[in-house]
Amino acid sequence: MSYQSISLTYIWAEFRRSRVGIAGLAILLILIAVSIIAFTSTPLERLKDWNDPSAWTFYPRSAMPAWTNLFSSSKQPEHLILERPEVSIEDSELRIVTHRYTFNYAYDEFPSDFMLNYKIKYEGSAPLLLLTITRPDEDSIELARVSLPYASNEQVYESTLFSTDRAVQDGIANNLSKYRFPISRDATVTAVFSSYEERRVMKGAYTVEVRFFLFDERDEVLASKFIVGGKVYGLLGTDDLRRDLSIGLIWGAPIALFIGISVASISVLIGMVYGIISGYKGGSTDEVMMRANDVVYALPALPLLILLAVSVGRSILLIVAYLIIFGWVGIAKVSRSIALQIKSLAYVEAAELMGQSSIKIIFRHIFPQLLPYTFASIAISVPGAIITEAGLSFLGLGDPTMPTWGQILHDANLYGAAARGLWWWIVPPGLMIALTGLAFVLIGNALDAIVNPRLKRL
Amino acid sequence: MTKWREGMGFGRFILRRIMNMLIVLFFIIFITIVLLGPSMDNILRLSIEHEVRQEVINNKALISGMSTQELERYTREQIDARMRAIGLDEPWHSPKRLWFTMLKIITFDLGRAYFLISENGSSKVSDIIMERLPRTVLLFTTATAIVAALGVFIGAFAARRYGSPVDKVNSAFAVISSSFPLWWTGMLMILIFAFTLNIFPARATPVIPASDPSYPIALLYHMLLPLLTMILIGFGSWSYIVRNLIIGILGEDFIMAKRAMGIPERRIVYAHAVKNAAPPIVTIVSLSLSSSIGGAIISEAVFDWPGIGKLYFDAISVFDLPVIVGLTYITTLVFLISIFIADILYGYFDPRVKVG
Repeated sequence: MSYQSISLTYIWAEFRRSRVGIAGLAILLILIAVSIIAFTSTPLERLKDWNDPSAWTFYPRSAMPAWTNLFSSSKQPEHLILERPEVSIEDSELRIVTHRYTFNYAYDEFPSDFMLNYKIKYEGSAPLLLLTITRPDEDSIELARVSLPYASNEQVYESTLFSTDRAVQDGIANNLSKYRFPISRDATVTAVFSSYEERRVMKGAYTVEVRFFLFDERDEVLASKFIVGGKVYGLLGTDDLRRDLSIGLIWGAPIALFIGISVASISVLIGMVYGIISGYKGGSTDEVMMRANDVVYALPALPLLILLAVSVGRSILLIVAYLIIFGWVGIAKVSRSIALQIKSLAYVEAAELMGQSSIKIIFRHIFPQLLPYTFASIAISVPGAIITEAGLSFLGLGDPTMPTWGQILHDANLYGAAARGLWWWIVPPGLMIALTGLAFVLIGNALDAIVNPRLKRL
Repeated sequence: MTKWREGMGFGRFILRRIMNMLIVLFFIIFITIVLLGPSMDNILRLSIEHEVRQEVINNKALISGMSTQELERYTREQIDARMRAIGLDEPWHSPKRLWFTMLKIITFDLGRAYFLISENGSSKVSDIIMERLPRTVLLFTTATAIVAALGVFIGAFAARRYGSPVDKVNSAFAVISSSFPLWWTGMLMILIFAFTLNIFPARATPVIPASDPSYPIALLYHMLLPLLTMILIGFGSWSYIVRNLIIGILGEDFIMAKRAMGIPERRIVYAHAVKNAAPPIVTIVSLSLSSSIGGAIISEAVFDWPGIGKLYFDAISVFDLPVIVGLTYITTLVFLISIFIADILYGYFDPRVKVG
């Protein structure tokens, strides 16, 4: 490759004419937009909950994306989390707080389950709870009566009543005579949502009424929510651990971009400086430095990355550092050969004759000339860094405090998602990795064709 | 890579590469010991202590004759004696132990695994690895050979029709397939072929035991899905490399001469250009084989292929340190030998290579 000086404005002018480069840039901009959405839509503490199973109790397990209903003849129930009840308070000898939820159920299949979560502050005599559901046929079923445990001191009590609980089964048992088909007391979900004539979903408006009987005027109901467990959820569904995959997926974007760009730019800068020093100094310095470069080049990267992650640690910054260790080698070779050519140019020789120090010559005269190559090399190195990090995460060695695409795929593999046909758990994260890689490959190829005109004809 | 320079004999070149290889090998073993030595020592210490305490408790005659303090002192002495016997009284970084451990690893004395065992029931790390190495070589050599053959054919085809739609589709496919992680494509293939279409088994490990006579056939059948995936992901970028090489050669003078002689274009591309592209192709084949050994860790885990990559994955998940150390050594060795062969081939085929 023969050396020639290229200005940044020239690069941009040429880049704008490259369709491939613009396509890559467009994908990159989309990814940046996704990252911004991630930062604004999901609070950071939600991110910490990613690997905490208790944070996802109220989500459905392995639910398909909600839009799949558009393509299927039988409508799968959507997951409903009702959190804003209509509250009414009745004060007589005791206080009765009523939370009322109304929802329209228009799906072809029964929900997977339902549950009621509530939070009450009370002291002394324990409050009572009465759960009733009114069906579209105007018939009401008294589902459960629950008395809360006695509390000698003031306490905040939070609990969840599940459709499988004994209290609910008892409520259904009183109602069993109405059904014209065989049904057992533990089929609570079917009992609530089926018509009495046959085992078929009764579509229409359901009203859930929760009445809390409080025996002290200082007692209060702090919150409640009613959940109808669905089989489809959100834009991208949920995984086996009930996590909302769309949150993990959009948070993967800024993390992947951060890892890819920081690894690529630091590796390239180190490699550039290393190569320039080696090429410019020449002689025995060059010999020793290139020998060291050969050693690093021959290191098997993945086994060593695994050893480092297992023994030293696996926070995101450490992983970036590991990837840099193996990332700078190839660039050092290229920049050394360019430095060899620049070194013999007249202005460098002039600077030498004027007595400038080698450090000054390297950073003031040689390095700026190499900048255009730097941009191309950075873009080309990004996909490798992203795919390697995804691979590490896939092996279960990623940063455990944040969701990455590789980790989502690790979990998918662990829970046998491919063999169970849970495609929404596998396809989107991999596509995101591929798309991110592709964006930088396209940008890199376009830049490379500009700074290395020899490649243009290919 | 140090390239063969003018004025340097071929013998000296090889000598230098071997020196380089040994430096890397020692460096890797050293790093491995530095990273894992402390945990290995701890585990060993705990297991010795546990062993001695078990023996003391089981020895009824001993317990009845001693007070609690005496017994404790006796146990301590026993533990210390045993630690001294295997050299654990010195820290892992003492020069003596460091050399000893390195020497042991280099001579393939890799010790015993903590948990994993070979299919014959041996817990010797070298047995476990040697049982699995041939399977990894089988899968990856077959895949590389098919990918290379397909790549040469398609690459030459695209180079002849340089600029045509076929060429453009091929180039686009190369760029797109190279940004797909192999292991993710593997998951997709399992989803499509094993789950949706039910053609191939989802797990690549045959269910029947290795001693069964039909085992090789079952293994080959289970190998098809990973093989197919590797070919699908690999041949695009391969044919792109070959295409670029051949286009470069087609611009050279001797091709012009052949054209002037009236030799048909077809023959020029497939006979003369491909022949001249052979040296770099052979070099890249051996290089890609060496890097695929490292990549095997993830792809074998996805397909559950019973090779050394899967073994590595299992060893990491149960933290079986002797196996991890052994595998790191063996993979480094295989990697270095194939890089060495690639280097020699490169120097042998292309003596024009100069520094810079």
